[in-house]
Amino acid sequence: MKRRHYLLLAVVVVLTLVILNLSPRTATQFKLALGSLFLPLFGLAGSGQQVAEKAGNAVVPRKDLLKQIEQLRRENAELKVQLPRLAELERQNAHLSAQVGFKQSSRLNIKLARIIARDPANWWRNVQIDLGKRDGLRVDLPVRTAEGLVGRVSEVSETRARVVLLGDPTCPVSATVRDALNNVVDQGVIKSPAAVLDEIFVELNFLRNATAVKPGQLVVTSDEGGLFPKGIRIGEIVDVRPVDFGLVHVARVKLAVRMNALDDVWVMMP
Amino acid sequence: MSALNTLFILALAFVAVFVESSFGGLRRLIGVQIDLLPALMVYASLSSGMVTVSLLAVCGGLWFDALSANRLGVSIVPLLVIGFAIQQFRHLILRQETYTHLVLGFAASGFAPLLALAIILSYGGEPILGWGTLWQWFAMTVLGGLLVPVYFQLFNRVYRVLGYERVIESTYRADREIARGRS
Repeated sequence: MKRRHYLLLAVVVVLTLVILNLSPRTATQFKLALGSLFLPLFGLAGSGQQVAEKAGNAVVPRKDLLKQIEQLRRENAELKVQLPRLAELERQNAHLSAQVGFKQSSRLNIKLARIIARDPANWWRNVQIDLGKRDGLRVDLPVRTAEGLVGRVSEVSETRARVVLLGDPTCPVSATVRDALNNVVDQGVIKSPAAVLDEIFVELNFLRNATAVKPGQLVVTSDEGGLFPKGIRIGEIVDVRPVDFGLVHVARVKLAVRMNALDDVWVMMP
Repeated sequence: MSALNTLFILALAFVAVFVESSFGGLRRLIGVQIDLLPALMVYASLSSGMVTVSLLAVCGGLWFDALSANRLGVSIVPLLVIGFAIQQFRHLILRQETYTHLVLGFAASGFAPLLALAIILSYGGEPILGWGTLWQWFAMTVLGGLLVPVYFQLFNRVYRVLGYERVIESTYRADREIARGRS
C-alpha cells in the first residue's frame, strides 16, 4: 500500500516538475485553456448580477427615476450646446496642426469591458475582462476608466483577457508630475504599491528633481515607456520622502481609479 | 462511494477556485482573499485515499494557477505536500475530532501560501510582499483553518442526504419484556 502511495507521489511530482518548467508561451496557452473551463460559471455569475440589478431597478421609486431623467435631460441639453463648439475647435486644431506640420493624433478608439474575475492569490494585482482576441485585443494595450489609468493587457485568449493593474511590479509605468499650470515638474516610474494591503496608493520612484514635487500635483503617463499614451491621469502626489539615506526620493501617489471597486474598464484599441 | 467522494471533492475544488476569483467581498473588507483549497485538502486526505489527494492537488492547483498570475504548477506542490503528509500519519490522527480538524486546518492553511511564495520567488517571480503580507498570512491561516470543520459538516450532510438512512437499533426488545404484576 505504502509502495503504491510513493509511486503515485513520484508520478505527480514528475508531472508537476514538467508543468513548472514549461516554456512561458506553452504555459500561457495551457493556462488560458484551463481558465476557459470557468467560462460557464463566469457567464452564470454575470447573468445573476444582471438579474439582481434588474430586480434592484424594479424597486426604485418612480419619483427617483423621473428626477434622474430630468437631470440627464438637462445634461444632454448642455452637451448638445457644447458639441458644435467642440467640433469647430477640433476642426481649427486639425487645420492649424496641418499648417504647422504636427502629427495628427488618432481618434480615441476604446472598447468597454466588464471585470469577470480577480486574481485569487493575494500577491498579484490583476483582473480578467470579458473581451479577447475575437474583439481585437492584444497584449500590452492600455486599460483605463473615465477617472484614469488602470493597467495593461497581459494575456489574451479568444474570449477573455488578463489585465495587470497599476502597482503590480509587472506593470511599470513611466509617469510625469505636473503642476497647476500643467508644466512638467519631474518624471519617474511607478512600479510598486505603497503598501501591500491598500490599493489606493502607489510609489513613484526614480525622481530626478524631487524638491520640486509637491503634494497635490497631478501625475500623468509619459510616453517614454512606449506602452501608454501620453497624458492619461494616474493620480496625485500625496507626499515625498527620501529613501536609501537620502540618495533618492520616492513619492506616494493616490491613484485616480479605485482599483478594488472596478466593475467596468475601457481598453484603448490601437 | 469512494469515486463519488472524489468527484464531490473535485467539484467543490472547482467551485472554490471560481468563488475565490469572483467574489471579493472579504478582500475589500480585510484586504485578504482566503485560499479554500488547503482546508479542502485536509478534508480529502482524512476522508479519502492517495488517488483523491493526488487528483485534488493536480486539478485544484492547475485551476487556481489558471485564474492567477502564478507560474503554472506552483499551487500543486503545497497541496500535494499537505495531502501526502496527512496521508502518511492518518492512522495516528483522531479523524473525527473537531479539534484535530482545526489544528490540521491552521497548519495547512498557514503552510500552503508560504511554500507557494517560496516557489514563486525561486523561479524569479516578483510578488507583492511587505509587512501587510504578515496580516494576509495570519488571516489566511486562521480563516482557512476554520473551514475544515465546515467542509466536514458539509460533506456529512451531503452523504446523509444521498446515502441510505441509518437504522438506529433500540436496546429495547419486545421478546425480552418482563411482565410484572399478578397474572
